[in-house]
Amino acid sequence: MAEGCAPLLLRGLMSDLTTMSPSEHELATLIVDTLTLETEPDDIDPEAALYGEGLGLDSIDILEVALAVSKTYGVKLRADDENNATIFASLRTLNDHIQRLKAA
Amino acid sequence: MTILSTTRLPLLRHRDPDALFAWRDGRPVTVRAFLAAVRDLARRLPDWAYALNLCGDRLGFAVGLGAALLRRQISLLPPNDTPAMLHQLAEAYPGLVCLTDAGRSHPGLDCLAALPPDGLERAAATALGGEPAFDELAFPADQVAAIAFTSGSTGRPMPQVKSWGTLVRSVQGAGAALGIEALGAAGLVGTVPHQHMYGLESVVLLALQHGLVLHGGRPLFPADIAASLDSVGPRRLLVTTPVHLQALLADDTALPPLDLILCATAPLAPQLASAAEARLSAPLHEIYGCSETGQLAVRRTTATAEWRCIDGLRLRQDEQGTWASGDFLDGETLLADVIALTSDTRFILHGRSADQVNIAGKRNSLAYLNHHLNSIEGVRDGVFFMPGGDEPRGNGGGTARLAALVVAPGLTAETLTARLRERIDPIFLPRPLRFVDALPRNPTGKLPREALLRLLADDTAPPRG
Repeated sequence: MAEGCAPLLLRGLMSDLTTMSPSEHELATLIVDTLTLETEPDDIDPEAALYGEGLGLDSIDILEVALAVSKTYGVKLRADDENNATIFASLRTLNDHIQRLKAA
Repeated sequence: MTILSTTRLPLLRHRDPDALFAWRDGRPVTVRAFLAAVRDLARRLPDWAYALNLCGDRLGFAVGLGAALLRRQISLLPPNDTPAMLHQLAEAYPGLVCLTDAGRSHPGLDCLAALPPDGLERAAATALGGEPAFDELAFPADQVAAIAFTSGSTGRPMPQVKSWGTLVRSVQGAGAALGIEALGAAGLVGTVPHQHMYGLESVVLLALQHGLVLHGGRPLFPADIAASLDSVGPRRLLVTTPVHLQALLADDTALPPLDLILCATAPLAPQLASAAEARLSAPLHEIYGCSETGQLAVRRTTATAEWRCIDGLRLRQDEQGTWASGDFLDGETLLADVIALTSDTRFILHGRSADQVNIAGKRNSLAYLNHHLNSIEGVRDGVFFMPGGDEPRGNGGGTARLAALVVAPGLTAETLTARLRERIDPIFLPRPLRFVDALPRNPTGKLPREALLRLLADDTAPPRG
């Protein structure tokens, strides 16, 4: 089976570890709505990669997500705040970053 | 205008060796430090024919370009860095070294960091004496400087060979048409990749050939673009694309006033051009061109819909379409756009030929994408198409994407997407991807657009995963 399926399998086996928090679910819904993805927010594994193999987003998607995040949460994403790859590693890391910016 | 092929054209046109060349990580880099890095890399380059310049760092990229010229090696500019693309290039150009950012490597390829391992300052301080004066660093007009690639219909990237003279004269012509000289040593911030012809010409070479100060980053988010512009001093220009500009204007980040905005890769809506000029207090000029010819024409979008050719370039039409030629181009190039000429140097753009797609500024041909889709093991038949024309998707006015209909009974969506990801730029990955029992081919084997749209809208063909 292709490596692209791994996150889905993992999610099935470890569902209690990958349950979304309410804020993660809100962000997942924002991403799905902004990008009109065919995925349901509930089907996004919060630990899976946003870029590339996982959810399959690219830099144009990330730019659109950043804009939606700015409008919804009133926080500005920066690529050079920290390691860009860390922030966008997964739904969970992106949400953690947004929550930290909101609290600051 | 006749220029002998043996004419030597300088690498850069900054005022003197102590002039500012770039801003990198908030620190100034002088022309002297840049040239020391160019010579340092030229000494380290193996004695091979090609340098595949994969640097994401703009300064590293510029150093790589200069060092390759100095060693008479040819810079290869890959359209993307998918493993399949790098593998194809390595096979087609035996004897190549990859120039990379520090610490990056690509399996199976020889990699060399473009910037001095000990840092720019140290390289400048330890530069050997007896080097020729900074403005004596010049290269013959007919020396092959770079090969850029476009997507051909056969699945192989098509090389576009650029001599140093072609590149320099194209950028000087564009600079004259845009009045760059009046900007002095302004700072240049660009959001476009420099391996793209537009980025090579309008970011790296525009700065080199007009004494501008290059911002070393490639900011994407509005807050990063604002910070980059703030950091380059009182005179500044922004080189961007419609997608990046739209995101920048939709955000409420405070932006400093600019001197000039350049936009290319796809036509910009006049309303967006007006909004950009008002918000950034600067004229916005669009550039029209393609990888085959480089920059061809400019227009100030708020003033006119008509494009004006760069000096020395001409267009003509026949039954095949519109051909571009010019003093510094080899032969004639058939343009992929539908054009109405108002004279041999003025025209109105009416969109793309049917086979061409442009997503977020990246061009491709559907024939090329279909070739890759149908070369995947397990795919019996498949087709890419743009379902909604160029209309934005969703409520956010986002970028339109391609759809694909595929007959591949043994494949899952994940597997097929992963195989495609190895072959094509991710921006062209289908969204949506639908598996079907058969494509709606008509008796001549063609696929009528209406039939594709009907099949895509048909909910009895659910996504499989």
